Amino acid sequence: MTGELARYFPTDERLTLGSHRFTAEAIVAFARQFDPQRFHVDPEAAKKSVFGGLCASGWHTTAVWMKKNLEHRPVEEARWREAGLAAPTFGPSPGFRNLKWTRPVYAGDDIVFFLTVTGGRALSSRPGWHLLEHVGEAETADGKPAMRFESAVLVQLP
Amino acid sequence: MSVSKDAKYAYEDFHEGREFQLGPVVVTAEEIVAFARQFDAQPMHLDEAAGKASLLGGLAASGWHMTSLLMRMIADGYLLESTSEGAPGVDRVDWKRPLLAGDSFGGTTKVLSRRLSRSRKGLGLVAFRHELRNQRDELVMVCEHSAMMALRDAERGA
Repeated sequence: MTGELARYFPTDERLTLGSHRFTAEAIVAFARQFDPQRFHVDPEAAKKSVFGGLCASGWHTTAVWMKKNLEHRPVEEARWREAGLAAPTFGPSPGFRNLKWTRPVYAGDDIVFFLTVTGGRALSSRPGWHLLEHVGEAETADGKPAMRFESAVLVQLP
Repeated sequence: MSVSKDAKYAYEDFHEGREFQLGPVVVTAEEIVAFARQFDAQPMHLDEAAGKASLLGGLAASGWHMTSLLMRMIADGYLLESTSEGAPGVDRVDWKRPLLAGDSFGGTTKVLSRRLSRSRKGLGLVAFRHELRNQRDELVMVCEHSAMMALRDAERGA
């Protein structure tokens, strides 16, 4: 990673983004809209399913990862201010790879979310912009992996 | 756990090259903002002017909203009528173009390949590729993933 980008984003440092409780109500509300499979919308049917209980849509888990990622950003901004760095501008993401839902997220679970920056480079096609690579993860409260993906986001340094 | 033998689509029905229609749906500004407020509260997903000023060029849906909309189209397109036992993850998602307020979002699912599970009798893994386009037939998102599908006839196989 080049010098200026590295000043903003330490590589291979796993940041804890925070914890989120997945309530049965929120699991069902999300799933009714986007993923109405029986094990996401019907607690009784979920008991008889391969998962054995009501669990969140995998897309609910990734969406909450994004929410926690943004909620954590003020912590990063404070760190940049202390280092005398003006805040960068975040742009869109080109996509992600190797998303794994390792373990179901059940109703009532407290899930902890993580972000690890793994690399980055300047984009010759967009002067001033960089592509920042990262890994997003989720774990159960007792540290068992629940979700992981590799992604990237465009960042413009001031 | 029970597998419905009456499901319209079992492992046997997902032969290589088979295509399914996805949507289309029209995405409104209200839906984009509602999803973003809950999960991805960045200016380009919340505000038309901020979206126009961003690389996305307008009020644009969160990528996680787009994957959630794809999930719903998959559910309605074939999954809810199938012997699906869930998906372990997603190999790749490419966000090729912004999905802007008022845009149409839909496309096709194609079966890339399939194989029987080595560890569980009566179960197979089906690899899918989803291509989503807007009303101008421009490619907006690509997703590739595999899903577990029970066989209709576990004894005979596919």
